[in-house]
Amino acid sequence: MTVRLPQAGGALTPGTRAPASLPPADLHGLDPAFSRVVHAREADASVDRSWHVLDNAGRLADLGVKPVGTILCVHGNPTWSYLWRKLVSQATDAAAAGGDAWRVIAIDQLDMGFSERTGTRRSLARRVRDLGELTDALALDGPVLTLGHDWGGVVSLGWAVDHPDLLAGVMLLNTAVHQPEGRPIPVPLRLALQPGVLGGATVTTPAFLETTLALAHPPLPASIKDGYRAPYRGAGRRGGIGGFVADIPVDLEHESRAELDRIAESVATLRVPALMLWGPRDPIFSDRYLDDLIDRMPHADVHRFEDAGHLVAEDVDYAAAVLTWLGDSIRSAERPRSAAAEPARPPLWRYLDDLRDSDESAVIDMVPPSGPAPRVVSWRLLSKRVRQIASGLVSIGVKKGDRVSLLIPPSADLVAVLYACLRIGAIVVVADAGLGLKGLTRAVRGACADHVIGALPGLTAARALGWPGQKISTTTLAGPARRALGVSFSLAQLASLGSDEELPEPPTADDVAAVLFTSGSTGPAKGVVYTHGQLSAVRDALAAQYGVGVGTGLVAGFAPFALLGPALGARSVTPDMDVTSPKTLTATAVAAAVKAVDATVVFLSPAAVANVVATSAALSAADHDALAGVEQFLSAGAPVSEPMLAAIAALMPSATAHTPYGMTEGLLMTDITLDGIREAASTSGTGGVCVGTPSGQTRVRISPLDADGAATGELTDAALVTGEILVSAPHVEDHYDRLWLTHRASRRGGVPGERWHRTGDVGHLDAAGRLWVEGRMPHVLVTADGVVTPVKPELQAEVVGSVQRAAIVGVGPRGVQQVVAVVETTPGARRVALAPPELAAAVRAAVDVPLAAVLVVPRLPTDIRHNSKINRSALSAWAEGILAGGRMVAP
Amino acid sequence: MKVLVTGASGLLGRAVAAELLSAGHEVRCFQRRPSGVAGASDSLGSVADPDAVARAVSGQDAVVHLAAKVSLAGDPADFDRVNVGGTRNLLDAARTAGIARFVYVSSPSVAHAGTSIVGDDALPADPLRARGDYARTKAEAELLALAADSDSFRVVAVRPHLVWGPGDTQLVERVVERARQGRLPLLDNGAALIDTIYIDNAASAIAAALARVDSVHGNSYVLTNGEPRPVAELLAGICAAAGVESPRWRVPASVARTAGSLIEAVWRVKPGVDEPPMTRFLAEQLSTAHWFDQRRTRADLEWTPAVSLDEGFRRLAAHYGAERGAAGV
Repeated sequence: MTVRLPQAGGALTPGTRAPASLPPADLHGLDPAFSRVVHAREADASVDRSWHVLDNAGRLADLGVKPVGTILCVHGNPTWSYLWRKLVSQATDAAAAGGDAWRVIAIDQLDMGFSERTGTRRSLARRVRDLGELTDALALDGPVLTLGHDWGGVVSLGWAVDHPDLLAGVMLLNTAVHQPEGRPIPVPLRLALQPGVLGGATVTTPAFLETTLALAHPPLPASIKDGYRAPYRGAGRRGGIGGFVADIPVDLEHESRAELDRIAESVATLRVPALMLWGPRDPIFSDRYLDDLIDRMPHADVHRFEDAGHLVAEDVDYAAAVLTWLGDSIRSAERPRSAAAEPARPPLWRYLDDLRDSDESAVIDMVPPSGPAPRVVSWRLLSKRVRQIASGLVSIGVKKGDRVSLLIPPSADLVAVLYACLRIGAIVVVADAGLGLKGLTRAVRGACADHVIGALPGLTAARALGWPGQKISTTTLAGPARRALGVSFSLAQLASLGSDEELPEPPTADDVAAVLFTSGSTGPAKGVVYTHGQLSAVRDALAAQYGVGVGTGLVAGFAPFALLGPALGARSVTPDMDVTSPKTLTATAVAAAVKAVDATVVFLSPAAVANVVATSAALSAADHDALAGVEQFLSAGAPVSEPMLAAIAALMPSATAHTPYGMTEGLLMTDITLDGIREAASTSGTGGVCVGTPSGQTRVRISPLDADGAATGELTDAALVTGEILVSAPHVEDHYDRLWLTHRASRRGGVPGERWHRTGDVGHLDAAGRLWVEGRMPHVLVTADGVVTPVKPELQAEVVGSVQRAAIVGVGPRGVQQVVAVVETTPGARRVALAPPELAAAVRAAVDVPLAAVLVVPRLPTDIRHNSKINRSALSAWAEGILAGGRMVAP
Repeated sequence: MKVLVTGASGLLGRAVAAELLSAGHEVRCFQRRPSGVAGASDSLGSVADPDAVARAVSGQDAVVHLAAKVSLAGDPADFDRVNVGGTRNLLDAARTAGIARFVYVSSPSVAHAGTSIVGDDALPADPLRARGDYARTKAEAELLALAADSDSFRVVAVRPHLVWGPGDTQLVERVVERARQGRLPLLDNGAALIDTIYIDNAASAIAAALARVDSVHGNSYVLTNGEPRPVAELLAGICAAAGVESPRWRVPASVARTAGSLIEAVWRVKPGVDEPPMTRFLAEQLSTAHWFDQRRTRADLEWTPAVSLDEGFRRLAAHYGAERGAAGV
């Protein structure tokens, strides 16, 4: 597409010239004291240009503090320095409060805001020089960090690469430095660039400005919109807006293309700290531009604010994020990275190399997608298949560090693809189908996969929902289907392309291996990043805890652990089940799988456990014999009740039944056996669910709660102190993907130099070193009598005969919350109601905190994945409505 | 200390007088008819009569002012005369007599604009937004009392919320009587959380306010048991204690509010017969949450309620049981 620039005399060549001026004094949120006009020489034209800038230097001088550095802020189109008003104020306030004194200079670009209307067209290269001439006039000395948004991001990066001596870091809000070849530019810009539309949309009418202001989430109040409009009242003041849009280098011939490419290439050489704060709900600068920037600056700290958009500076508290990051990354000598030396661990594919000539079974699909009979894959075949696919992936351009989204149900195919990706250093992105389509879409988009390898359902969803990335199918599809789904290759093709089994250098232990998405039952799904070393540590923890090793027969009914079967050297079998619905697994199917590999270890998900117990009557004598050979049974993913665990343990009389405590961020943190649960029950009274003792190298500490229910205390392992649970282990995750602030919060209060993860769970340790979970941190209540954690009173309420399940929630303001029990009963209630007097009295008598009310519901809302985690925050808001006299709607 | 208690013929006034006596104070009761409080002297008269008020306060060290016209309907001028005028008379007389301590017994309705109260502390009294003549005049009187506060004339306002207990004609008897007649509906689902105060707790809190007035003067405090319950549970508890059937039929709150307004209008043209079965004020009270932040109250007054809600219901049941026993039922 070629953009014809309007001719001279058209709307885009503003005839109007005007010097810089100061903004009106009454703009919302903007302190006029920060505004000043600065003159800078434009050398090429031999003229002085006048600029309006916000600058807190004067205020810092009044405070008598010396700046620790300068933040140079560059707005985009069609905003102005007003965009940075909160940062100027907050930085000044922080300095006044005794914190670091950052000088903040937010400029209005020429022809924009209240800076000079030059009457000339200014290309990107010109604007980069303009900014340099301004900073020369300001006599800026280092250290300087740039902060840019939209096309101001490009200009700021241009300045950054041209001033390496001053530069201490770069910070970006939604922007882009590169328009990939062959990719259409975003629709809104394509429209604005249409000849005849450009001038009208941007200059003669305020349409472009108004459209931009409408992109805020939530919508901007009128007073803020007026602030943005202030410098652009009248077509004569808006020439710069049109000029900026016309300067977008949409094709190779564009005059600013060369400068953009220069900046894009130079950015990749920057080694200074970098921060990217992103609002993904942006019709212009979508996630793919963030992905491009991360490729250029892989060391950057990135935070995606899931609900924010283009005007991320208005949507979220970016200023606090910026100042926090500056404190961590520029001011603090110690970066919050783990430096502790980890022992070298064999790579995850070790046994694929060691056993490459073994004809023993490695993986068995009881019901493979390809056919009815069990599909048995030997180590020799698996090893070869992995090498071929790995080599094939390389040959089609998959590189180390590329992200590969796997939309394949657990199967031999998944195992082969997974290890192939790991072997070449491609990062696997795994999102559980339990997230639902919406959650999956957010996850896959957010992770910005470069490639998608999927079975038909996954690829169909990817196509329908426009997930990014090159598509590869597990089965070879017919031409029309392949074209319809946009599939480039099939696994068979990859294997044949990789028949030479030529492999690149393997990744190192510190390279990223995988991004796993959490269940999202407590907010939007978060990507959890593991390095190769950390995944190897997960494998080693499993091996040590459950005695799984070379030759162990393993029934893999729980996907996350099942995938590690080949890494453990185990002979693993996927039982006959619909993996997207674990509760379809029958007892007979488990027995058949046990028989197939002579299994001594069985891993199941909690949802599967209930159905296996429910269908156990169908087991034959031979099935029972097979199950009697099982030595270790594990139910992972969510807590299982003692009766349920006892019921399944009865089917495997020789087995020790385990249920581990862990999370996507740290699989297998503690473990408890059925006997351990029974022992804990007899010594209870401390409250909560006992999840056992720390596994292998895991350490558990408590950050005690303060009177406000916040976990602010110093880490302790003292018994019977309630607080947030922190864990540290070689197999704890590295960081959250593109959620720098979340990552930072999850490391708060840990031991410097060690990797401690805040679990978000509240609980305590007992004198025997066992961990008891009392609930989730956001579900902690603060009553006038003190802090209440929910699980203990829930368990007490569930002692009442007719109470099937209870949730304890708070209503009212924190500090004076009233405690409310919401219960499911047997027989079930048909509608929401106050509990009948007898039930209310029984529940009150059973629970040792005063209850303001007992509500009966037909069903407590739970997450899809585990059908067990109750979102008490939502339930609390619901109860508050009802107990304030609101309608008796279902939660 | 010599303490004048006004309105001691009412349930709460009597209890306060008894509480102060047991704390060792010398108590004089001021109301239109004899208080019947053993150990207290009586000074008879109306708070609307300045001369009678002047006689009553003479020689006293402190005043606890409870006397008020409490009703859901009636002539607005009566409310003004008794609740505002009466309070003004007492404040004037007390200051003239050199009395240094004054406890004004107010009501949470002085700060209630008709919406739910969920864990708020005492908000400022607001006569303009208060619902109904009782709340309006109590709000005006509280503002008058607090405006009179100074270092030499120390005034504290306390707002007990829904006082109940054996012998209570305001809440308990109304509920029981209407339930007995089958005229007591639940508004909506009766789930609105409402905090109340058992009579003995209200009396001990008011005594505590007097004891602490030198430190806490100038402030208002809401007094409750700190045990909010759904309104249906409270009504059921009262009915169960009295041995009558709990309300079973439900009326949407919006209907009750509309009906309440209509009924009030009708009652206004034929006053004096009986109080209306439903008013807009009552409908709002029974369909919106009312519970409070009691932390400041308990800390400042150095007081905690001694009788729990459940213990209160037991005592109420014992009272009705004794009544039934006496009547040979």
